[in-house]
Amino acid sequence: MRILVVEDDPILMNGLKVGLTLAGATVDGVSTCSDAHAALLSGRFDAVVLDVMLPDGSGFDVLGQLRARRDGTPVLMLTALDETPDRVRGLDGGADDYLGKPFDLDELAARVRAIARRGHGRAGAVLHVGGLVLDPASLTATVDGAPVSLSRREFAVLTALMERPGVIRSKGEIEERLYGWQEEVESNAVEVHVHNLRAKIGREAIETVRGLGYRVRTGE
Amino acid sequence: MTSLRNRLFLVLMTATSLIWLCAVAWIYLSSRSELEHVLDARLQEAARMVHSLVAGGNLATTPSVAFNETGYERQLSCQIWSLDGQLLARSSGAPEEALSGSTQGFSSRVVNGEDWRVFTITDAQKNVRVMVGDRTGLRARLVRDLIAGLLGPALLMAPLLAALIWASLVRGLEPLSRIAAEIATRDGEDMRPVASGGVPSEVLPLLGALNNLFGKVEAARRHERDVTAFAAHELRTPLAGLKTQAQIALAATDDAMREEALRQILVSVDRSARLVRQLLALAKLEAAPTGKAREEEVDVGAMLRDIAQQAPTPDGIHVHFDRSLDGLTLKTDREALHLVLRNLHENALHHMPGGGGLSWKREMGGLCVEDEGPGIPEDELVRVTERFFRGRNRTLSGSGLGLTIASMAADRIGARLALENRRDRDGLRARILCSGMDAQV
Repeated sequence: MRILVVEDDPILMNGLKVGLTLAGATVDGVSTCSDAHAALLSGRFDAVVLDVMLPDGSGFDVLGQLRARRDGTPVLMLTALDETPDRVRGLDGGADDYLGKPFDLDELAARVRAIARRGHGRAGAVLHVGGLVLDPASLTATVDGAPVSLSRREFAVLTALMERPGVIRSKGEIEERLYGWQEEVESNAVEVHVHNLRAKIGREAIETVRGLGYRVRTGE
Repeated sequence: MTSLRNRLFLVLMTATSLIWLCAVAWIYLSSRSELEHVLDARLQEAARMVHSLVAGGNLATTPSVAFNETGYERQLSCQIWSLDGQLLARSSGAPEEALSGSTQGFSSRVVNGEDWRVFTITDAQKNVRVMVGDRTGLRARLVRDLIAGLLGPALLMAPLLAALIWASLVRGLEPLSRIAAEIATRDGEDMRPVASGGVPSEVLPLLGALNNLFGKVEAARRHERDVTAFAAHELRTPLAGLKTQAQIALAATDDAMREEALRQILVSVDRSARLVRQLLALAKLEAAPTGKAREEEVDVGAMLRDIAQQAPTPDGIHVHFDRSLDGLTLKTDREALHLVLRNLHENALHHMPGGGGLSWKREMGGLCVEDEGPGIPEDELVRVTERFFRGRNRTLSGSGLGLTIASMAADRIGARLALENRRDRDGLRARILCSGMDAQV
C-alpha cells in the first residue's frame, strides 16, 4: 500500500510517515500544494492523506484538481477544523474520508486501509486467494489456517499480488509499492522477496510470467 | 411607522384636490364677472331697444306675451315711466313698483324682497323713462349651475383618480417591495449582493449602500472564520504531532524508533511551549487597559543585546548591532518594547534557517531590523500581522503570532510597525516608527 502524505508540520509529517510505515504502508511525504500536485501526477498512490491548511494554498484545491482530472485516488482529509460543515464540504468536494486533528494513529491507519481497498474495488478488509488469507490490518497471513510470519516488505509484495488475483504485476509495479522516493531500490529485491515468500506459503502460490512479472494463482 | 406609499398618496390626493378647488374658484370668479358684464350689456341694449321703440308720450299698456315661469327665459323685466312718475307700460311679470330710483345708467335695488339690477334711460324729449332690469338671484343661479356642471364630473372622477394614483404608487414602489421581499427571505448566512437589475435609479444608491454593507459584513465574517481556522490549525496540529509520536513510541518495534519518536515529542513540546508563551503574551496585551502604561527610561541598545543573548543565535547567522544604538534611550513601557523587539528578533532568526545576517540599526524616526531571509510576498504584507496568519514563506517553528504581538505591542507604546521587503536583496525590513524617538536622543 503506497500512501502520499501532504502535511506541512514536520513533526506530524514524521509521525504519519513512521506510523503508517509501521502499519505496513510505503509512505511518501510532501509539504506543499504544488509538490502534492506534482507527486499525484507522477506516481500512483493507493491513498492520499491530505492536510487542509498548507503554506501555498488549501488541500481542498489539491483535491479539486485531482478530481477534475478524473483521478479517483482515495483521499483522506486531515484538518484542524472538524466541525460538521467542514466535514460536509470535504466529503462533497470529493474526499473519501475526513479526520480531525488530533487523531488516533491506529484509526487513521484503519481508515487509510479502508479507503485504499475501496479504491481497489474491495469492501472486505481481508484478502483471500485459495487457502491464502491476508489481513492488512494486523499484518498477518495464514495458509490453510496456519499462521505464516512475513516481513513488512514480503507482506507488501504479497498484498500487491493478492489485490488482483490472476493479474500479472510487473516488477516495476511491485517496486513502486515497496519503496518511497527517498529509499534506495535494491536491484533484485523483488526476486528475493518472491523467493522467500514461495518458501513460506508454497512454491505454486506465486507464478512467474517470464518477461512480464508475477501473479498469484487463483487455484481454480 | 410611516408608509411611503400612504404618505405619497395623501400628498398627491391633497395636491390634486387643492388644484381642482383653485381652478373651480377661479372659474367661478371669472365666469361671474364675465356674466355680469354680458348681462349688463344685454340690459343696456334691451333698454335702448325699448327706448327706440317708444315713439313718444302716450303709450298703452301692451299685452304681454306669456312666458314660462321657470328657467332663464323670463329674465328681463321692463318698465316705461313718464317723467312725472306714471307707469306707462311694463312687461309681464315686472313689478309695479319702480325698479330703480336712479334716473340714468345702472343701479341696484331691492323690490318686493328681490335684488334687481336695472339700466335706466331717461328721455326728456319723449317724456319717458325706460327701465330694464333682471333679478340678481337669477344671475347667481346661472353661475351656480355652471360651477355645479363643472364639479359634478370632477367629483365622479375623484375616486377614479384616487385609484389611478394608488395603482401608480404601488407599481412605482414595487422594486422596493421586491428588494424587501428578497432580503426578508434570506437566512443569516446569505451575504450575496442584491441584484440591481430593473431597480430604478432613485433606489440604486440605497441598494448600493446595502450591498456595500453586505460586503463588509461578509468580509468581517470571513476574517473571523479565517482566524478561527488558522488558530485551530496552529493549536491542533502540534497536538496531533504529539499524539502520533507518542503512539509511535508506544508501538515502536525497536529502540532507535522509540528514541526518535521521543526526541520528536521533545521538540514538539518546546514549540508548543513557545506557542503558549505567545498566546499568553497576546492575551496580556489584549487584556491590558489601553490607558498610559507606566513609563521608564529604557536603554534600547542594552535591551537588544539582552534579547539576542536570551534567544540563542543558530549557526550561520550573524547578528549585528549598529553603533548608533549604543546609549539610545527611550522613555516608554519597558515590557511592551521588549515584546516588540524580541518578536521581531525571533522572527528574523526563524526566517534564516540557512544562515545570513541580521542587523539592528537606528534610522529616521525609529529603529529597524533587516534580515536576509526570503522576505514576505507583497500580497501577504498586510495580512502577516493578523493572528495565526502564516504566509507562504512560513517557518517550521513559527506560530503565526510573533508579528501580531510585535504590532500590537508597538501600538501600545505609541509606535507603528512597518514591514517591507528589502530592495537591495531578499529579506525583510521591519521598522518601528516612533514619533518621540528623535526628540529624546
